[in-house]
Amino acid sequence: MPDTALASATTASNTSLRAYLHGLPGVDEVGARARAADLSTRSIKTTAKAEAIDLAIRMVDLTTLEGADTAGKVRALAGKAKHPDPADPSVPRVAAVCVYSDLVAVAVEALAGSGVGVASVATAFPSGRAPLEAKLIDTRRAVADGAGEIDMVIDRGAFLSGDYVKVHDEIVAVKEACGSAHLKVILETGELVTYDNVRRASWLAMHAGADFIKTSTGKVAPAATLPVTLIMLEAVRDFRAATGRQIGVKPAGGIRTTKDAIKNLVLVNETAGSDWLDPAWFRLGASSLLNDLLMQRTKLTTGTYSGPDYYTLD
Amino acid sequence: MSDKIFEYAPAPESRAVVSIRPEYGLFIDGAFTEPTEQRITSVNPADEEELAQVSVASDADVDRAVAAARRAFERVWGPMAPAERGKYLFRISRIIQERARELAVLESLDNGKPIKETRDVDIPLVAAHFFYYAGWADKLAHAGFGPDPRPLGVAAQVIPWNFPLLMLAWKIAPALAGGNTVVLKPAETTPLTALVFAEICQEAGLPPGVVNIVTGAGETGRALVAHPGTDKVAFTGSTEVGREIARTVAGTDKRVTLELGGKGANIVYDDAAVDQAVEGVVTGIFFNQGHVCCAGSRLLLQESIAEEFLERLKARISRLRLGDPLDKNTDIGAINSAAQLARIQELARAGDDEGVERWSPACPLPDRGFWFAPTLFTGATQANRVAREEIFGPVLSVLTFRTPEEAVEKANNTPYGLSAGVWTEKGSRMLWTANRLRAGVVWSNTFNKFDPASPFGGYKESGYGREGGRHGLEGYLNG
Amino acid sequence: MAESKKHRKKDTGTTEAAPQRDTSSAVPARLAVLKTYKLYVGGAFPRSESGRSYSVTSSDGAHLANAALASRKDARDAVLAARKAFGGWSARTAYNRGQILYRVAEVLEGRRAQFEADLVDADGVSADEAARLVSAAIDRWVYYAGWTDKIAQVAGGSNPVSGPYYNHSAPEPTGVVAVVAPPQGPLLGLVSVLAPIIAGGNTAIVVASERAPLAAVTLGEVLATSDLPGGVVNILTGRVAELAPPLAGHADVNALDLTGAGDLAAELEEAAAATLKRVLRPRAEEDWFADPGLSRVTPFLETKTVWHPIGV
Repeated sequence: MPDTALASATTASNTSLRAYLHGLPGVDEVGARARAADLSTRSIKTTAKAEAIDLAIRMVDLTTLEGADTAGKVRALAGKAKHPDPADPSVPRVAAVCVYSDLVAVAVEALAGSGVGVASVATAFPSGRAPLEAKLIDTRRAVADGAGEIDMVIDRGAFLSGDYVKVHDEIVAVKEACGSAHLKVILETGELVTYDNVRRASWLAMHAGADFIKTSTGKVAPAATLPVTLIMLEAVRDFRAATGRQIGVKPAGGIRTTKDAIKNLVLVNETAGSDWLDPAWFRLGASSLLNDLLMQRTKLTTGTYSGPDYYTLD
Repeated sequence: MSDKIFEYAPAPESRAVVSIRPEYGLFIDGAFTEPTEQRITSVNPADEEELAQVSVASDADVDRAVAAARRAFERVWGPMAPAERGKYLFRISRIIQERARELAVLESLDNGKPIKETRDVDIPLVAAHFFYYAGWADKLAHAGFGPDPRPLGVAAQVIPWNFPLLMLAWKIAPALAGGNTVVLKPAETTPLTALVFAEICQEAGLPPGVVNIVTGAGETGRALVAHPGTDKVAFTGSTEVGREIARTVAGTDKRVTLELGGKGANIVYDDAAVDQAVEGVVTGIFFNQGHVCCAGSRLLLQESIAEEFLERLKARISRLRLGDPLDKNTDIGAINSAAQLARIQELARAGDDEGVERWSPACPLPDRGFWFAPTLFTGATQANRVAREEIFGPVLSVLTFRTPEEAVEKANNTPYGLSAGVWTEKGSRMLWTANRLRAGVVWSNTFNKFDPASPFGGYKESGYGREGGRHGLEGYLNG
Repeated sequence: MAESKKHRKKDTGTTEAAPQRDTSSAVPARLAVLKTYKLYVGGAFPRSESGRSYSVTSSDGAHLANAALASRKDARDAVLAARKAFGGWSARTAYNRGQILYRVAEVLEGRRAQFEADLVDADGVSADEAARLVSAAIDRWVYYAGWTDKIAQVAGGSNPVSGPYYNHSAPEPTGVVAVVAPPQGPLLGLVSVLAPIIAGGNTAIVVASERAPLAAVTLGEVLATSDLPGGVVNILTGRVAELAPPLAGHADVNALDLTGAGDLAAELEEAAAATLKRVLRPRAEEDWFADPGLSRVTPFLETKTVWHPIGV
């Protein structure tokens, strides 16, 4: 893997890091929204829709991140992840199950041998407001329990106050704590607010070692909007062109319908390109989305509309 | 693994909403005449299939249409309470909204432009234009053209084929709001939506003679423009024809507005929001196959970013989807006519002959119909024909500049002056540049945006007068 | 100070007029210095490059002076001068243009006696009428001096487009305007057509009244001493039929004011079509004393509309 870290002279101070990040091309908000809206008018029908639905299912990070989560809940979710539609074995399994770090062990056990990954949120998710030591312990524990993917949150307070060094160094530290586990860095774009910030945070995270950049925790609105995903797809496209390293993108939160999912796939297809049309490089963080994908899949194969009662609520 | 993971399946809009008659008469004095002897055939430029036979209006037909318009002006439309005139326009706007799908499909069939543009741009703007001017009808005293502005009388209006129904709206809505009556000639290759508009006038109960539609080619247009019975000539089209019209009306009392050609410069500074600038450049030249008088057909790139920008631009152009105009995923439709295609090909050949580097993406063209792949001419200079002449097609000439002064100098170095674009994240530079550009519309950090409230029109040989907004009323009123 | 000015001006008037009427005196006490009436181009007062002149006569046929008989080449030079001046003049602040137009009024007021005498000679009007015409001409400069920084607000404004865009229209000068000054009203008519053109930021080439061009040349002297940059106004004297066609056909002229073109108007408008010049046609009746509003300003303005997204 190419070394894509920033020179130490750049990361040495907020001044130099700001000069770098603010030197990235700006984003015109209206233009970015217009582009996302334009792409969302793509009409994906018949065979293309069938392919898109199966691809979307394979990209789902099936997620439960509630205070009320229990081992039972996680096991049920794992079952759903392995066999999204028990009545139809042709339905592919999802990419991963995403849980809190204390439930990683449960998920790992439930998914053993299934090919479904286990992702864990860590680093004082969702606010990220904890000492670095705590975040690192959180991360190491999840990895030790078998999580193959860590979804960390950045310190938005530090980012917004211009302490880019802190944000950067924290990602570097968590990446180190991940060992061989993949690191997804959650920017929480709803709190960064501007697309310029989204672009800068994306580049900061990528340079600091992120394997994926992820839009949101799902706990802040707005979460994964199309323009935000567009900006992040542009970032990974440009980052690969500049450094040779490919980074994945994960919109999460607010993607509820097949239509939403397909719009995301169109964005990927026409922004970053088909190299990213794979669960290794693009994920959809969601919970209720999966059932809608299944319903639409049935509609396509049978020609009749299905209803929610025919899909499991796990 | 994923080369063709996501091929979009065909997603054609249904033609079933449209019923085209095999032949059309002229719309004079509130009714369709019998089709005339002489006809023109309107074809679908995407497959060259015949759509309908349309009448060619003779001098006598034009005479009758002008007479009908005069009668309507004197007896009905002129004397009518302005608020009532406005209500007819509101009504027309609503009917256009109701029949939007049908009009969008018909426009795509007749013109060749993608359904996503007729559906999302042309037809919504048509309805909005009538709605906007409807509201002016009883507020003309507030428009700034005197305390008691009067209509001119009968307006002769000739429109082009690139935005058939939208140009009709730009002409008819302000004319009628001002209390004038009209005789309009749609373009020879795109008459069908104007004829449906005639039906809409009937449906709206518009008094006979207020709107008359005479179809035909250049001869009909000439007869209409030269007709002594009109008080106003409004034309959108080529600068060549604009000159001819200006000569024709010289020495008369007729008012004239001309909306003509352009060779718009799109200036991209090195600090531009690059992704949006790429989009803007693409929209600027490939919107409507580049059949846009205000197209950003000259890209002026700051030399320091030229190479990188071109790479991005080419990647983006490679994603454009050319094909069936009725497919909802089509970005680039058909060239409107064989004649226009020949003109584009001729100018592109001139670019080749002058040694300008030509680039197009891998882009298979359909076997039937009129098609031209999106094309860049890079390394062009101001001396090249492709950088000076209006091509009116999906062909972008790329030039570079070093300083803002040079950018402005090159942008203004043309007899045209219709549109220009500026891309920079620095506000003061944007305003500095916009101030110096000799163009009627300056899009900064955006391009090809239109709105009924926004005046549109050119400097220099791009014509005179404005359409849209309060300014658009001036050409139809005596202050 | 004011008194001495008045005195000097009066002198000027009499010395120039005197020789015409007093030729019988065999041994003049002092020979008056006659003025050579020249063109006003690019801020200078050249003779016609053609070396020609023509006799200008009073309303009763008496020779008043020789005026330069400008040529096509003089017209071409005037266009060059006007084009060169356009960038600077149009870029001045509207306030500054207003100040300069007001300055013209001030200087004209200071030389009103000379203009009154000119008008009496040229048009045979009474002294009272001449005074009224000169007053109106001075006041017209004041009128347009007050317009310069209001035109944009009256003729432009913001447009409420449907979308997140700032959209604004503002008038800008058309460019180089060629004017055929009205043959009647050698001063008031001239000022009435000229002042609105330069108030809007255009530069002008004026073909002065063929019959009565002297006031125009003297106005050039006023303009030259009023902080008006050279080339903003260029004044040609001579034959309208010789000068107007090359101006109407000249590709670097952006607009024509044909107020004084008479029978030539249609032909000039046709010539203007070649480069789509804006044309102000002659109107049937001109009442130079009426409030002109913006009717002579807006024909020489372009509307520029600027869009910009509104976002963060």
